[in-house]
Amino acid sequence: MAYLPVALKVEEIRQDSPNLKTYVFKRNLRAKPGQFVMVWVPGVDEVPMSIGWQDEEEVHIGIADAGDCTHLLHEKIKVGDKLGIRGPYGSVFNLPEGAKKIVVIGGGYGTPPMLSLAQDATAKGIEVIAIIGARSKDYIIYEDWFKKLGCEVKLSTDDGSAGHKGYSTEVLEKVLEEEKIDGIYTCGPELMMVNVAKQGVAKDIYTEVSLERYMKCGFGACGQCCMDNTGIRICKEGPVLEAKYALEHPEFGKYTRGPEGIIEEM
Amino acid sequence: MNVSVDFCGLKFPNPTVVASGYLGVTGASLARCVEHGSGGVTSKTLFLEPRKGHPNPTVLTFQGGVINAVGLSGEGVKNAKHEFEVYADRCPDNPMIASIGGATIEELIECAEIMNEYPIDMLELNFSCPNVHDEMGRPFACDPQMTADATAAIRKVTKKPISVKLSPNVANIGVIAKQAEANGADALTVVNTMGPGMLIDIDMRRPILSNKVGGVSGHALKPIALRCVYECYQNVKIPIIATGGIIQAKDAIEMLMAGGSLLGIGSALIYYDMAAFDKITDGIRDFMKKEGINDIEELVGMAHGDMIDHSKLDQNPD
Repeated sequence: MAYLPVALKVEEIRQDSPNLKTYVFKRNLRAKPGQFVMVWVPGVDEVPMSIGWQDEEEVHIGIADAGDCTHLLHEKIKVGDKLGIRGPYGSVFNLPEGAKKIVVIGGGYGTPPMLSLAQDATAKGIEVIAIIGARSKDYIIYEDWFKKLGCEVKLSTDDGSAGHKGYSTEVLEKVLEEEKIDGIYTCGPELMMVNVAKQGVAKDIYTEVSLERYMKCGFGACGQCCMDNTGIRICKEGPVLEAKYALEHPEFGKYTRGPEGIIEEM
Repeated sequence: MNVSVDFCGLKFPNPTVVASGYLGVTGASLARCVEHGSGGVTSKTLFLEPRKGHPNPTVLTFQGGVINAVGLSGEGVKNAKHEFEVYADRCPDNPMIASIGGATIEELIECAEIMNEYPIDMLELNFSCPNVHDEMGRPFACDPQMTADATAAIRKVTKKPISVKLSPNVANIGVIAKQAEANGADALTVVNTMGPGMLIDIDMRRPILSNKVGGVSGHALKPIALRCVYECYQNVKIPIIATGGIIQAKDAIEMLMAGGSLLGIGSALIYYDMAAFDKITDGIRDFMKKEGINDIEELVGMAHGDMIDHSKLDQNPD
């Protein structure tokens, strides 16, 4: 279904990395892990954002300074200001029946929905290994939040300033060699997700990825976020897709479309 | 029982077509609509060059339907050939109506000429978008002479069937419909969104659409659209694609009875998602069965006339 934006007061802003701030709202959105909201900055734009930590009283939305709208949002929006929140929308992460242990892999600002999933999984008694990757130590987000949930946290940085030096997908390879894993979940740079998806499929482990595409309506009407060749909508059939299905799409890891619908190579 | 429609020499397996602006950015998306039951499709309006459209929010729903100010974003006729090829390859039996727009008649002519080389079945001339006034002034379809001139100009450069998309925001839609017909239109698409309208967020104290105003469609538009279809049917002989607030089969049947031959489906997708096409076609079939109607053609324009022949009503009651 579709909704109008709800003006919510920003209760707290946390600088969680040099380019990511987490905005805390007092609202139980009742979103399921993996879903997203449209965040409206009046007079500027409205952009899709994944949902991070959620509980009965609060919802946390981690927003990276990654474009014109989010840059202005970082600069102008202070505690006490209001943002328009529309949603939640989109598909959700699925935990396989009887799952005992899963891996979540967050790359940079793709990490927030992994935290939401980790909350849900740990509440169901499922063990969670959280691999958090970033360019360097300062850019690792939500480490303490994952630890608070009892997750086993493994870090990975490009420069080796924290945890494994290299790619988080290498950490995943090692985990999959050593442990019996029932589900793999990832959100982050698309090429990283392609790698994760392929590892999961090769090992026959249930795997899901969370994709991002330019969106307008957010509820499946405008057709702006459709993927080739199936034509599915990332706002409706996505953002969460089963890895095997995502890999059937020739644009996965290759290209995306801008506001005009023109193909932009990754 | 026949629900297929012959329209300007094109065969549609059922009367539903995706309305322009819905799920029409990519060929794959439109092909997916056909896989879910639409008889044909209309692509999103393209201008000659790429357009970014307005910033978000651009599409919102409210109690009475939908309001949008997407701002005619698109990759441009020049760049979109591959989308039409993808569609034609996957859906050879479901006609593609390609919607084009332009700020000037010259731009429209160039779009139509390029489209001559693309695998499309029909052109829809979007003379009636209400949410780009600031940029382009009053739409062509708000003026009988401008409608006549633009239709005639495009008629000269294409042999493909042309449907002129009319605006409900006029006092004389019948006159404008006649002008389109007299100047070479093969069909009419009735109607575009109405308004423009506005939504205000009282907590933010601002209009919600970035463009402030946008075209209104869905439930709120339906009675207006129905009247427009009825009035056009009275004024022209060319067939009509009826569109505007067709949510359920009952709305569709009303549109057929008012004089529409094809049905543009848009906001129904928000309420019933991809099931909308089959739901509407199946509902029409059920009604035809109950009423003893064998061909959908019989329904078209059925609401016109005076006294009712009661012996023909409800021939197969449940």
